[in-house]
Amino acid sequence: MNARTRFIIAVVVLGLLMTGPFLLTATLIWVSTAGANRQLLIDTIAPHLPLGTIITITGFGLGVAVVRNLFRQYVKGLLRMSEQQHLMLGANRDFRVEEKGPPEVRALARTANALAEQRDEYMRDVERQIAEAQQTVVEEKNRLAALMSELTQSVVVCNLDGRILLYNTRARQQFKAMSDAPTVAGGGELIGLGRSLYGAFDRNLIAHALEGIRHRLERHEAEIQANFVTTSRSGQLLRVQMAPVLASDQNDEAETTRAMTGFILMLDDITRNFETESRRDQMLHTLTEGNRASLANVRAAAEMLEYPDLEEDLRKRFSTVIRDEIKAMSERLDHTADQFADALKARWPLEEMSGADLIAAVQRSVESKLKVPTKLEGIDEGLWVKVDSFSLVQALVFLVSRLSDEFEVREIRFRLTGAGRLVHLDLIWQGQAMSTETVMNWELEQMSFAGENSPLTVRDVIDRHDGEIWLEREKVRHRAFFRLLLPAANPHEQVEVVERSRHDGRPEYYDFDLFKWSEKSHQLDDRLLTDLTYTVFDTETTGLNPSEGDEIIQIGATRVVNGKLLRQESFEQLVDPKRHLTPESIPIHGIRPEMLVGKPTIDKVLPAFHAFAAETILIAHNAAFDMRFLQMKEKVTGLRFDNPVLDTLLLSAVLHPNQESHRLEAIVERLNLKIVGRHTALGDAIVTAEVFIKMIPLLADMGIHTLRQAREAAEKSFYARVKY
Amino acid sequence: MAGKILIADDEQNIVISLEFLMKREGFEVSIAQDGEEAINKIRDEMPDLVLLDVMMPKRNGFEVCQEVKADPALQSIKVLMLTAKGRDTEVTKGLALGADAYMTKPFSTKELVEKVRSLLSGA
Repeated sequence: MNARTRFIIAVVVLGLLMTGPFLLTATLIWVSTAGANRQLLIDTIAPHLPLGTIITITGFGLGVAVVRNLFRQYVKGLLRMSEQQHLMLGANRDFRVEEKGPPEVRALARTANALAEQRDEYMRDVERQIAEAQQTVVEEKNRLAALMSELTQSVVVCNLDGRILLYNTRARQQFKAMSDAPTVAGGGELIGLGRSLYGAFDRNLIAHALEGIRHRLERHEAEIQANFVTTSRSGQLLRVQMAPVLASDQNDEAETTRAMTGFILMLDDITRNFETESRRDQMLHTLTEGNRASLANVRAAAEMLEYPDLEEDLRKRFSTVIRDEIKAMSERLDHTADQFADALKARWPLEEMSGADLIAAVQRSVESKLKVPTKLEGIDEGLWVKVDSFSLVQALVFLVSRLSDEFEVREIRFRLTGAGRLVHLDLIWQGQAMSTETVMNWELEQMSFAGENSPLTVRDVIDRHDGEIWLEREKVRHRAFFRLLLPAANPHEQVEVVERSRHDGRPEYYDFDLFKWSEKSHQLDDRLLTDLTYTVFDTETTGLNPSEGDEIIQIGATRVVNGKLLRQESFEQLVDPKRHLTPESIPIHGIRPEMLVGKPTIDKVLPAFHAFAAETILIAHNAAFDMRFLQMKEKVTGLRFDNPVLDTLLLSAVLHPNQESHRLEAIVERLNLKIVGRHTALGDAIVTAEVFIKMIPLLADMGIHTLRQAREAAEKSFYARVKY
Repeated sequence: MAGKILIADDEQNIVISLEFLMKREGFEVSIAQDGEEAINKIRDEMPDLVLLDVMMPKRNGFEVCQEVKADPALQSIKVLMLTAKGRDTEVTKGLALGADAYMTKPFSTKELVEKVRSLLSGA
């Protein structure tokens, strides 16, 4: 019964209560009187009837007004309050009940508001705690990622399926070097989140190593790592250390074997070490066996010379033998010493670093610890040195502290110049030069300055580097300098730096959600759209008709893993189409003929792209167009692009069937996305990826969750029927 | 005591000394400059002993030694291998291939003469 019906009933009851007793009394009187009395009754009452009626009606009216008022205040008021409370409960948490109406209702409203207040406080508390916990997790992940990216060793973390969950910059470089098509895909087809490690490593090798780890885990051995050496496809020698990732198990007491959820690979390219070793071997060989023969010749000849009855010309011949052989041996020795200088160096662990970085470290140390200002004077930025940076910085700071303490040197300058396989590091100051004796003393003293003490002397440090140090004077400029000779190292590639500056923020090198993958079904069709790995791509072409000879001139692609766009794992390659570009197409793709000179042809590029897209879902805007171009090449390259395909154009038609345009620009506007760098293949691929990511939750609202559902919906869409 | 000795070595500077030495000791000496020549001379001249260097062009000392020892007709010929390879593995290999003695360069000429003598007298 709704409020209105009850109000009507209340009014009717009121009417009955007001008129009922009177009418009943009148009827009883009417029945008990008879004859003339009844006439008398009529005569007496009739004139007063209108007044009675008026009074009754007025009374009734007042009664209705009171009931209505009560009804409004209590029934309607409570109803409204209930609605407001509902709002407070759900849609709008910050809403509060209006304190209106009679005191009782207001009191109820106050209590309800107080309860809401209390609830909000609890919820805020819970939310804060959740946020804090999440923050900690994110921080820990970031810290781990930062740590990993600084490691000089390549690290790759995989789940048991061999899917890559995390890798660092060094690993990326290493994989790039391992790639068959390093210039085209940049190793991106081998390393990437969610990619299979088996693209780069033999599956059996990994399985074998995992088996070993499992055995050791079961036997509770202390050393559970596996070590092996393998050759990459491009012939590098890699030393691999494999360690398990164990499930965190709180109630575990080391009695049960903890489950392995993944593994960590640490890779070292030992090709160079190996080469050094071989060279060392070769040197030993030259020095021993090469000289044995000569020594034998000399010895034999010398012993022959001892015979007293030797004829003169034989004596001469033996002397010649000795002279020649000794000369040959000397030459061999010089040659070896020269050529194997690197291999002969002390085996102290020296790190390779940029000379400029070393100087910067010394500067920081000198300025903060000794308060001596420093300047640079000619630093060759391209130089790399092989040093034990800690002790070397100590030695340099120690020398400066001596200069400052004993000779009141007020400014130090640094100079760094290359000299073949050596680097000159000069420490220059203005003023007099001390005696060589003083310098000798400094060299042999244990280093101590500004509260730091070291058991080493400067000489020790220099010896460690197989270097030298001496004092030189520049009389004309009235200054002097220490020159340190240090071993040079080959400059490192600067890939890392470029990558960092190109994208602000931390690289997306990890995704721990991938740990869960191994449990998932591998049937792609029934997998959730949110769980899949996508290659979103776009092509630029010479024209619209592949069957009439139009060709791909650029492929751009990026990856979406676990709903995240991985910009850094992108693929971008110009392709020489082996035909002319029509002038009218140039404004569309912005690629001019000269940009394609020397670019690889499609038969080189497609294998790399095929590998890049392996085991992923392909996504493109108007995918049919791009797929036709790829499929045209299947015969030439022998590569089939049989990945599942999704089309953002069709998906847009599924989402908004009544919209006129499903061009990428229109969708971007509709979904309120910001466009960056369109109209290159990669730019468009990235926009398409962002569109797709935005579409996933919208599709879910329509009940489209899996790949199969998305494909079926797209096939049924209006556009699909029209276009295909 | 007399005997025929073949010196097989491509290094002139040692051949000179060895030739002088052996002649002085009363042996009849012939010389081969490489492995092939050594084999030919061994068959032609049937020396009593071969001073055989391991590192030689065309065929190395190991091959020559193996061929000599595998041929019953050449059974009586002693082989003394000379080598600049000092590793045990090579000495073992030489002896395994049938060399009667093995000397590592540099060696003492006196010891060489003694070795040659003992090989020839022990035969």
